[in-house]
Amino acid sequence: MNQKRFPVKLFLTILIATAIDLLASIQISRWAYGWLPIPASSAAPYVDDLFSLEVGIGAFIFIGCVGFIIWSVLFSRAEKYDESDGLPIEGNTKLEIIWTVIPFFVVMALAFYSIHVNETLATLGPKQKYDVAINQAPEAVATLDVTREVGPIEVISRQWSWEFIYPSGVRSSELHLPVNLRANFLLSSKDVIHSFYIPAFRLKQDIIPGSVISYSLTPTKEGRFRLRDAMFSGAYFSQNQTDVIVESEENYDAWLTRTAKRPMVKGLSPGTTLYEKRLKEGDRGWATVAPAPPPMVNDPGNPEAPHDS
Amino acid sequence: MTLTNYDPRVLKAPHPVPGAPDNWKRFFSFNTDAKVIGIQYIGLSLLFLLLGGLLAMVMRGELITPPADLVDPSVYNGLYTMHGTVMLFLFLFPVLNGFNNLLIPTMIGAPDMAFPKLNAAAFWLVPVFAVVLLSSFFVPGGPASSGWWSYPPMSIQNPLGHFINGEFLWILAVAISGVSSIMGAVNFVTTIIRMRAPGMGYFRMPVFVWTAWAAQTLQLIGLPALTGGAIMLLFDLSFGTSFFKPEGGGDPVLYQHFFWFYSHPAVYVMVLPVFGIFSELITVYSRKPLFGYKFVALASFIITFLGLIVWVHHMFYTGTPQWMRNLFMITTMLIAVPTGVKVFAWLGTLWGGKIRLTTPMLFVLGGLVNFIFGGITGVMLGTVPIDIHVGNTYFVVAHFHYIIFNTIGFGVFAGIYHWFPKFTGRMYYEGLGKVHFTLTFIGATLNWLPLHWAGLYGMPRRVASYDPEFALWNVIASIGAFMLGVASIPFILNIVSSWARGAKAPANPWRAIGLEWLLPSPPPAENFEDDIPTVISEPYGYGLGKPLVEDEDFYIRRSMEA
Repeated sequence: MNQKRFPVKLFLTILIATAIDLLASIQISRWAYGWLPIPASSAAPYVDDLFSLEVGIGAFIFIGCVGFIIWSVLFSRAEKYDESDGLPIEGNTKLEIIWTVIPFFVVMALAFYSIHVNETLATLGPKQKYDVAINQAPEAVATLDVTREVGPIEVISRQWSWEFIYPSGVRSSELHLPVNLRANFLLSSKDVIHSFYIPAFRLKQDIIPGSVISYSLTPTKEGRFRLRDAMFSGAYFSQNQTDVIVESEENYDAWLTRTAKRPMVKGLSPGTTLYEKRLKEGDRGWATVAPAPPPMVNDPGNPEAPHDS
Repeated sequence: MTLTNYDPRVLKAPHPVPGAPDNWKRFFSFNTDAKVIGIQYIGLSLLFLLLGGLLAMVMRGELITPPADLVDPSVYNGLYTMHGTVMLFLFLFPVLNGFNNLLIPTMIGAPDMAFPKLNAAAFWLVPVFAVVLLSSFFVPGGPASSGWWSYPPMSIQNPLGHFINGEFLWILAVAISGVSSIMGAVNFVTTIIRMRAPGMGYFRMPVFVWTAWAAQTLQLIGLPALTGGAIMLLFDLSFGTSFFKPEGGGDPVLYQHFFWFYSHPAVYVMVLPVFGIFSELITVYSRKPLFGYKFVALASFIITFLGLIVWVHHMFYTGTPQWMRNLFMITTMLIAVPTGVKVFAWLGTLWGGKIRLTTPMLFVLGGLVNFIFGGITGVMLGTVPIDIHVGNTYFVVAHFHYIIFNTIGFGVFAGIYHWFPKFTGRMYYEGLGKVHFTLTFIGATLNWLPLHWAGLYGMPRRVASYDPEFALWNVIASIGAFMLGVASIPFILNIVSSWARGAKAPANPWRAIGLEWLLPSPPPAENFEDDIPTVISEPYGYGLGKPLVEDEDFYIRRSMEA
C-alpha cells in the first residue's frame, strides 16, 4: 500500500553526514591522547586507549546529535506568521526499538571492554584493602604481597604531609621509585581520608583511616611527577602535594644509600608554613585543625624543582 | 469523613476561597493554594540562586590565579561547601518543587494538592532550614567546610570544640530539608495517583507529570538513607558515638554508602522534571507530537529504578572490591539507554517541525546540547579505569556542572519563561530573554568546558590553590563565571518589570495543548473549580486536530473571558 519511492536524496545526505561525523570523531579520538599527562606507568597506556575510544564514540554521538539539532533549527524553522503545525508524527516503533537496542549494545560493549581493562590493570599491580590498623598487624599484611620487587614502601598520609618509609628504614618526603620495576606500597592515614593520586600514572587510591591498603604499580618513564592528595582533607588540602621521582635502578639504589646517611630533618609540609603565617597574622579565617607536625625524614625533597606533569 | 478537595463542600465554596486573598500579601503568608506555594518556592529559590552564585564568583575570583591569595584557604573551603549546599538544597530542590506545585495540579486538572496544609508546611520549612544553614556563617569557626559530601572523619573534626558549630548547623539544615522534601514528595505522588481529571489515564498524563512522579518516588525511597546517615553523623560529631570513627571501631566508608544511596539519585530527582520541561516545550515550539510519547514516559521510571542501583560509582577508588566496581559500572552505563531514548525522542520531535526560537525554546535547545555533552562525559566517568584517573578532579566538577547548571539550570530558566504568562498573567520581554540566554550560554560554556581539560591533566577538585600549569583553563573559567553573574541582570530586569507592567497575557499565548492552557492566566484559586474537564486524547496532539478534552470550546471560551 505505502509503496513510497526510495528517498535517494535523504539517504545520500545521511550517508555523507555520517561519513564526515565518523572522520571527525576518529580525528578527535587521536587528539584525546594529548589531553592527558605524560603516560608514565604500565597502567597508563590501557587507560589512555580506553579514554581515546570513549572520546571517539562520544564525539560521534555529540557531533551527530548536535549536527541534527543545528540542521533542524536551520531548515525547519517556522516562517513568521506561519501558524501551522509540523508533521503529526507520533512515533515509529521500529526506530524506537533501534535506538534503544543499539545504545544498549554500545554501552555494554564499553562496559565489558572496561572490565577487561580493569582486570589487566589488576594484574599490573594488585590492590587490596585490609580493615586493620597498620600497627596491629603489619607483618601479616606485608607478607601478603608475593611479588615484592620494590618495597613495600610505607606511605603515610597526614593533614597535610606525605611520608615515605622504605624497607631499609630510609624516610623521605618525596617518593623515589626505580623505573620499570613493580613498586609495592602500604598506604595508611593518620587522621582523615586522603587520596594517593599520581596523574601521570593514571592511578588513584583513597586512603581510609583505620585500614591498610596494599597497593602496587610499575612506573615506566623517568621523570619528576606530581603526587596530589585528591580527597578533600581540610584547610591546607591543596598544599598536600609532593613529587614522585622515577629514576634508573642504579640512581635509585645510590639515592637510598646516600640518603640513609643523611641526618633526620623536618619533612616537607607547606601547610605548616602557611598555618604558622596565619597564626602570626592574627589567626584570621575560619576554624581549622592545626597541621600535624612535619614528619622527621632523611630527605625533605625539593618542592621548587620543576615537575614533568 | 475527611474533607478532600473533591468534596462538594469545598468545590462549591464561595469564591475567593478562604485563605487565598487576591493580593500580594498571600505570597508572604501560610497559603495553601498550590499556585501561590509554587511561586513562593520559585521566588525564594531564585534569591538563593543569587547567593549561591555570589559565593561561586568569590571562588572563581580566588581561582583566577594559582596561589590562594584572595581568601584564606579555610574560608575558601567554607565558601565552596556553602555554594554547593545553597545551590542544591536552597535553589534546585525548591525551584523544582515550585514547578511541581504550579504544574502538577493544573496539568492533571486537580483543584489543588492532595494535602494543601502539608504542602504549605513543606514550603515554610525551606526558610527555616535556610536560616539554620546561613546562620552558620556567624558562629565561631565559620560554616561547615568539608564539602557538601561532608565525609567523616574530616567533617567531624570540630577544631574549636564548640557544641554549636558550622557542621552541626549544616547537618541540622540538611535533615530539616529532608523532612521538607519527604512532605512534598508524599503530596506530589498522592496528588498524581489520586487526583487526575476524569479520562486522564496514566498514558494521557503530560510527560512533566510522569517525570515529577518518577522523581518524587526516588525522594521517598532515597531520602531516609541520607537522613539516617546525617543523624548518625550528628551523633558522631556531637554525642561521642563512633559510627564512622575508625578509632572507635566505626567505618568512614559506611557513611559514603548512606550518603550516595540518596545523593546520586538526587541528581535524577533534579534532572527528571527538567526532562519533563524539555518534553513539554520541544513539542510546543516544534508544533509536533512528542515522538514516542509512551517510551519517553516509561523511560522516566526506568531511570528511577536504575538510579537507585548505581551509587557505588562514587566510590570506585575507596578500596571497593573488583566485582562490585564491575557490577556498578554496568548499572551506571545502562542509564545511558533510557536517557538516550529521551534524547532521540526529542530529536525526532524536532525533525520536520515548525521550530520557533523563543527564549524558552533557546534555553531548551541549549540545555539539550549541554545535556548530550554532559551525558557523554558521564558515561566516561562511569567506566572504572577512567574514573580512577579523573575522579575527584575538575573533570568531575565540569561534568556535573554540565548536568546541574547547563542542563537543569537551563531547563529551569526555560520553564520559568514558558509558564511565566500562565501563572503571573503577564508576558515577559522576548528581547531581554534572548540577551539572558546568549550571556548564559556563552558564560556557562566558557566556565565549564575548559575545566574538563584541567581535570584530565590532573587538577584535583576543591583546591584553593593549584600548580601554575592549570592557570589558563582557570582564567577562562573565571571569565565565564563572571559572565554568568552579569547574565542574571537581564533576567532579574525581565522578571521584575514584566510582572509589574508587562502586557497582559492571554490564556494560551503559545497555542499549547495541555489542561493548564485551558485555564485563564493566571488560573483561579481552584483551577477548574467544579467543571473538571474530561480528557479524551493523549497529550501533545499538535497537528492531529483532535480535541484534548470533551467540550473543549467551553473551556477555551471560559479561559478567554476571565
